[in-house]
Amino acid sequence: MSFRIASSPHNHSQQHTCVLMQKVILACIPGIACQVYFFGYGVLLQLVLAILTAWASEALVLRLRQKPVLPRLKDHSAMLTAVLLAVSIPAFAPWWVIVLGTAFAIIIVKQLYGGLGHNLFNPAMAAYVFLLVSFPQQMTSWLPPLTLQAQQQQWLDPVCAVFTDFSCAGYSLTQLKTDIDGMTMATPLDTIKTDLSTGKTLTESLQQPVFDSFGGLGWNYVNLAFLLGGLWLWQQKVIQWRIPVAVLGTLGLCSLLGFLIDPDLHASPLFHLLSGGTMLAAFFIATDPVSASTTLRGRLYYGALIGLLIYLIRSFGGFPDAVAFAVMLANLAVPLIDYYSRPRTYGHKPKGSF
Amino acid sequence: MQSLFQQIKAGQLWDFHGGIHPPARKQQTSQKPIGRLSLPDRLYVPLRQHIGVPGSLLVAVGQQVLKGQPLTFADNAMAVPVHAPTSGTVLAIEPHIAPHPSALPELCVVIAPDGLDQWRERYPLNLSECDRLSLLQRIQDAGIAGMGGAGFPTHLKTGAANGVDYLIINAVECEPYISADDVLMQEFATTIVKGIDILCELSGPKAVLIGIEDDKPLAIAAMQAACSQREQYLVKVVPAKYPSGGEKQLIQLLTSKEVPAGRRPLDIGIVMQNVGTVFAIAQAVLEDMPLISRIVTVVGDSLSQPQNVLALIGTPVGYLLDACGFSPEPAQRIIMGGPMMGFTLPSVSVPVVKTSNCILAPTQAELPSANNEMDCIRCGACAEVCPAVLLPQQLLWYSKAKDLDKLKEYHLADCIECGACAYVCPSEIPLVHYYRVAKAEIREQSRDELKAEQAKARFEARNERLEQDKQQRAARNQALALQRQQLMAEQQKGREIEQAQQRVGATAEPVQELSKEQIIALREQKKAEARAYQAQKAAQQSTADTAEVADNSVSSEAVTAPTAPETAADPRAAAVAAAIARAKAKKAQTEPVEAPVAAPAAAAPPATAALVTTEPVLDTRAAAVAAAIARAKAKKAQAEPAAVAVATPEPVSAPAQPPSSNPEANTPDTALASDNDREAVKRQALAAAIARAQAKRQQANTEAAIDAQASLSDERPATAPDIVAGPLAAANTAAANSTTAAEDIPAVDPRKAAIAAAIARAKAKQQLSATDPKDQA
Repeated sequence: MSFRIASSPHNHSQQHTCVLMQKVILACIPGIACQVYFFGYGVLLQLVLAILTAWASEALVLRLRQKPVLPRLKDHSAMLTAVLLAVSIPAFAPWWVIVLGTAFAIIIVKQLYGGLGHNLFNPAMAAYVFLLVSFPQQMTSWLPPLTLQAQQQQWLDPVCAVFTDFSCAGYSLTQLKTDIDGMTMATPLDTIKTDLSTGKTLTESLQQPVFDSFGGLGWNYVNLAFLLGGLWLWQQKVIQWRIPVAVLGTLGLCSLLGFLIDPDLHASPLFHLLSGGTMLAAFFIATDPVSASTTLRGRLYYGALIGLLIYLIRSFGGFPDAVAFAVMLANLAVPLIDYYSRPRTYGHKPKGSF
Repeated sequence: MQSLFQQIKAGQLWDFHGGIHPPARKQQTSQKPIGRLSLPDRLYVPLRQHIGVPGSLLVAVGQQVLKGQPLTFADNAMAVPVHAPTSGTVLAIEPHIAPHPSALPELCVVIAPDGLDQWRERYPLNLSECDRLSLLQRIQDAGIAGMGGAGFPTHLKTGAANGVDYLIINAVECEPYISADDVLMQEFATTIVKGIDILCELSGPKAVLIGIEDDKPLAIAAMQAACSQREQYLVKVVPAKYPSGGEKQLIQLLTSKEVPAGRRPLDIGIVMQNVGTVFAIAQAVLEDMPLISRIVTVVGDSLSQPQNVLALIGTPVGYLLDACGFSPEPAQRIIMGGPMMGFTLPSVSVPVVKTSNCILAPTQAELPSANNEMDCIRCGACAEVCPAVLLPQQLLWYSKAKDLDKLKEYHLADCIECGACAYVCPSEIPLVHYYRVAKAEIREQSRDELKAEQAKARFEARNERLEQDKQQRAARNQALALQRQQLMAEQQKGREIEQAQQRVGATAEPVQELSKEQIIALREQKKAEARAYQAQKAAQQSTADTAEVADNSVSSEAVTAPTAPETAADPRAAAVAAAIARAKAKKAQTEPVEAPVAAPAAAAPPATAALVTTEPVLDTRAAAVAAAIARAKAKKAQAEPAAVAVATPEPVSAPAQPPSSNPEANTPDTALASDNDREAVKRQALAAAIARAQAKRQQANTEAAIDAQASLSDERPATAPDIVAGPLAAANTAAANSTTAAEDIPAVDPRKAAIAAAIARAKAKQQLSATDPKDQA
């Protein structure tokens, strides 16, 4: 009888790409649940739209590239991109925003660079930046937590808002953002930025209703939920500790420095860590293997660079949050980081001692 | 700060980078006793089972062999013998599929066991009595090569390891499934320790570190018990992690040291032996049991009774599998070695060899084969597990791109092919396979580079050689040219001398005063004209054909002149002949009607002789000169025939005489013939006639050339008139004739020749006179 010939090793960990992607998507569930709880189920609508668009775009391009469609779709990488983009954009953003963004992420950022494993930038973040630059109004239309909204959100409101730009009662997004007192509410980060720029101190700013005892109301829990999911990923060995620790450590350190220097002008480290997309970035975005550094030491540099950029842009830049920009800039630096962070191979002298 | 030794003693362990934790699945075999099998039908013992060269054969087909009898003989250090695993008959010595990833056939001794299992004579060594060399010799003779997998000849490793710091016994056995070393330690711990004793005897280490993974509690207990009496034997329990059994990794684990790239452990004072090897050494030394069997783990879900068996070297794998209840599934894999570094076998007829520690027959469900390669997602899991701290991902890119330089830069050569990277790769990329291919390419490239270098060197050497040749040739040519120039200069000089001599000769002649060649030439010209005038007069009586003959003869004289001196050896005889001829000529002059031209011609020879005195170097020229002078003389002689009696004893004169023959025709031959008998005269005359004919024929061909030559002899343009002078020429013809005659009878007797010549002339004249009347008529 004939026996099959194979090359060693004849063993495999069975941790396949699709399993990794699945786990990352699963790890997003606590964060998404938290978003739904605090901001309504609009995010779920965005998720569905994003995933459908991602699948369609991926299938289309794979067809055009004459590659097998189904096996590639089954690796869940397109779905993950869709999920990450969906949780990043405002829940009530018009439907075409997420559709356009997802298609851009899959077709332009991912497939045009050669598909899975070949893209230079994180597709979700590149699409986010694309949307933010192209449609700033829609992309900043974050609603305050449900408890703060003047109009009680109706059951079908998210659907109406997403597809018609108006709630079922006919309120526009701007009207929905307005609180009981007639003040337009923004995200906590945005609020602080605006307040500080108008001469208010941090303490005064924190009196706003969008703030909780720790961080922005709702956002702090969303971040904690993403942290939870991230820790689970780490425990599952889907991600390694280096990038999240580097991101959070650098961001925390920078904000601590600022906070120690002038607490009135700089938010606390805790606020920074639990605001905006910090946890999402640290555990889900920056750890994207394709666009991150590949060497162990390089990943520390890469994470640290992201943390530093997040802090710098938040504190001194023109945008309230900076995750997408920070990640994209760090993506650009990856080849350089990889080249200069090669490890010392067993039995070889350190690089400097030649 | 503790020293390294103290740290090791204190039980400290270090760690190596990366590593993986695949399911070990050792329990299914490690708890069972070692299975003893019956003898197989055939044993295929490959001659080479180690790294190195095979020994030379000691057995022949059909020979009976005893158990443990060497089949090969180690004739050099890199050779290790193989032995008959049991008693039986050598059936064949032929290539048989070998246990190697390539599955190429290798020369095997095929033995049919006789079932007696009869041992040869055995001579156990007494450790206290034997020296280092005999121990090493015994280790080599027992055919021991590293049993951990590489198969490096143990005697070489041990022999080189004198005075090392640490002897490490590798009992880690980190590959999943394999428990051969585990059960060996469980059953033979004391023998192993004796083997370590022998190695200590040979190497003298500071400490012996026995590395065992912590998933072998029974083996650890057995070894600790066996080592309890020996203080410097340290049983080091290392955490189970693949590939901690790798040589470099275990060294790092136990001593924190790294083996520098491209070096050996020995260079940092460490030698490592596999525990199976140690056991084999103990058996070889203490029981004189060569390495003819080993413990093999036969395992996998395709087997109903997985177990460790004591297998004879050469047992076909199929025999072991069948003994363990093998029921193959479709597309079954048979792996020799562990699941991480083993290789698949194409056939179950592959024999067990010294390095075979495991036969694995897994089901697809048990060990799913990774065959769904996807794109790398740059997750870096490979870099995280690589025990050599490489960047497998970068190596993959460069392997795919065939960027061999980059591969070297990223230290591909340091890859130990443990397979950890491929094990963890989420995209199921067979990384190790890519590296193997790339390594082969690098090997090939360096081979090609070497070849190209050699070819280049050869080419350059050739070019250099050619260039040298060329230069040598040029130098030689230059030297030759110089020589030629010198020669020409000398010749020129010689010519001048010769001419001077000629002049001297001419002046020395009492009759003539020819100081300068030009004057001679002019005079000759004039004389020739005069002769021509006379000849024209004479031509009224002479025939057309004689003129023709004369024409030819001028040239033939020129041609033959040089040879004349050699042939006419006796000058005196010639002189006599000439004198006679001249006398006849004088007489003839008195009868002008008959041969008016004869006299001048007769006078020519002495003159010629006088002129061509010294050297016949420039043959034609000299001859021409001689002819011219001769003519001059002849003319003079015509004026004063008596005066010509001056006979210079010159060789040339003899052949030059003939023209005077004409008068002889009428004069009675007796004067001449008195010396010889008539018969001979006749013969010679005949010969002379033939010679003339030949000369004439020859002349027809060479005439033009000779003319040219004559004109080329620049100093003597005066020779030209020769051709005009019919009668004179006739005389010359005669000379030529006689010359050729003389040649024909090559100087046997110059006198005879002279006589012959004279006779010939006479005949010629007779002929002439015979024809003349007709013509005139």
